[in-house]
Amino acid sequence: MEKPREPISIWYFVGLILTVYGILIAGAGLYDLLAGVKRQTVLAELHAGVWWGGLLIVLGVIYLRFFSPGRRKRQKGIGE
Amino acid sequence: MTAVFCLLAGAVPNRLISLNWVDLAIIVVYFAAVLAIGYYLKERASTGEDFFLAGREMTAWVAGLSFLAANLGALELMGWAAAAYQYGILATHWYWIGAIPAMLLLGVVMMPFYYICKTHSVPGYLQLRYGEGSRGLAAVSFGLMTVLMSGINMYAMALVMKVVLGWDINFSIWVSSLTVAIYVALGGLRSAIFNEVLQFVLIWLGALLIPIFGLLEAGGWSGLQARIAQNFPGADYTHLWRTMGSFADNPMGIHWTGIVFGLGWAISCGYWTTDFLVVQRVLAAKDLRSAKMAPIIGAAFKMMVPFIVILPGLLGLAVLPMALVGEDAAVATGGHSYNEVLPLMLARYCGPGLLGLGITALIAGFMSGMAGNVSAFATVWTYDIYRAYIKRDAADAHYVRMGRWCTVLGVLVSIGTAYLVMQFKSIMDYVQALFSFFIAPLLGTVILGMLWKRATRAGGFWGLLAGTVSSIAMWAWVKVDPGALAVIALSSHAKDMAENMYRALWSSTICILVTVIVSYMTKPKPESELKGLVFGCTELPSEGHLPLIQRPVFWAGVVGAAFVLLQILFW
Repeated sequence: MEKPREPISIWYFVGLILTVYGILIAGAGLYDLLAGVKRQTVLAELHAGVWWGGLLIVLGVIYLRFFSPGRRKRQKGIGE
Repeated sequence: MTAVFCLLAGAVPNRLISLNWVDLAIIVVYFAAVLAIGYYLKERASTGEDFFLAGREMTAWVAGLSFLAANLGALELMGWAAAAYQYGILATHWYWIGAIPAMLLLGVVMMPFYYICKTHSVPGYLQLRYGEGSRGLAAVSFGLMTVLMSGINMYAMALVMKVVLGWDINFSIWVSSLTVAIYVALGGLRSAIFNEVLQFVLIWLGALLIPIFGLLEAGGWSGLQARIAQNFPGADYTHLWRTMGSFADNPMGIHWTGIVFGLGWAISCGYWTTDFLVVQRVLAAKDLRSAKMAPIIGAAFKMMVPFIVILPGLLGLAVLPMALVGEDAAVATGGHSYNEVLPLMLARYCGPGLLGLGITALIAGFMSGMAGNVSAFATVWTYDIYRAYIKRDAADAHYVRMGRWCTVLGVLVSIGTAYLVMQFKSIMDYVQALFSFFIAPLLGTVILGMLWKRATRAGGFWGLLAGTVSSIAMWAWVKVDPGALAVIALSSHAKDMAENMYRALWSSTICILVTVIVSYMTKPKPESELKGLVFGCTELPSEGHLPLIQRPVFWAGVVGAAFVLLQILFW
């Protein structure tokens, strides 16, 4: 009987969405920074969008790398 | 498409927040992701075990985060941030003493019995332990209340979206609830759990910037305390227990006995250990050790939730230029209400993109709560009502089909409830009260069932019934005669909040007393029938061979110690 396919880890999906969000948020933050857009928000001078977006990208890439279906399959293969 | 964009961008002029295209893109990506996960997991939800219990193959981390996320609804986030603005750090009691001991009790003491007996649900456990009467009572009340509460939350969330973003109420209700219906109906509990983990991460990342920026602006915790003292002289908003010595000394009008025994025991243990909405997530764990670890992991994160919920409320007291008021006063004066503190803080610090992430956190909170409701409803309806009383011997595939259909049906009933509440707002109070009637007595029934061999079938049923009826009677008494509150809460200074605590305490006590008395008057089950269900009749797997660091009881001790430390730090 055929073995059921191993599901993709939820953490891979988390990595995917964090990366997409990071790109969107950091992109919007960078645009504000480079175009000199003045926002009315408090502490706008800290450009939270840039570093928070960057953090999301880093976290997202880590999750994508560690929980990618290919890597898990290879690890399983070694284990077997 | 343009119309939808205008609708989302907000056509109401006095909304709190305006979104731009990046924010909308973030929200759209979120909806696409949850639907994609549901579609991807569809093929893995073909058997009853898969659909209703996620194949019982979740790791402790996934089950633990999902256990917490199912409770972390958007109204929970906004409601407790509002309570923190209104009552200060006292609101934290609902996250710490009102959750942590109960979650540890579930993990260390109760989970083995739920897990070893292989029940599909909490009413299912009652059937094994006490028989059909208790199961029927618990299943019908749980099923009914779950969809009604889901509808109320749905309406309240849509109202928030209207106030905050200017979104049309019908649009919010239909889009968010149908999305939940699709992904849960497709992938069952596994899909709900996967999405809850995703939602948990988004809630944290979307809400975390508010306390970080708030503390930067206020000058840290000491700066926050100084600013609050300056803005509200004479009031104590930053101590947990210091004002609990008397009903009259704190704005909640509660005594510490109400918090410890009413909230910490009756309400909290009632909810966290017997409400199937949360327990179902832990039943999906892959083995007993994971099932025990899941609530402990959940407790560790629950202890940190005040950082993203309570702290923003306190920061609102410190840094917002305007004073927030109650809902009625806000409508009358055109000001902002307590309930708006979280969106106001979000708008204060977050620019494009971050704002979208924050709003996505609120939507994710709502959807995780709703998915919890409908997946639990589908299981209880299918196994504890439909299979128990309507169609006993159908094939497994038939019950899976029934589960899918009643997921959709549950959502539709919730939508109907939402519209009913829209027309008759007083229904909301009644249904919320109705829900509270069943939680505290059920604790007495379940815990005696697990820990006391002598508890009998009749004792369980009559105890549960007596506890529920007494809770209803006390609630009705206070409705008819508000002076009765002083009797129930044992003080003339008690306020509404205290009523819930003491009503829960008395109703669980009555349940326990009646169960004990009736049990002594009736014949107990032979011990051979209690195997896997009761302490003393169940062989619990030893963890002695595991290294200390892998034992659930060790981690429960670590979380318990952190909990005690926090009480001392914020005393």
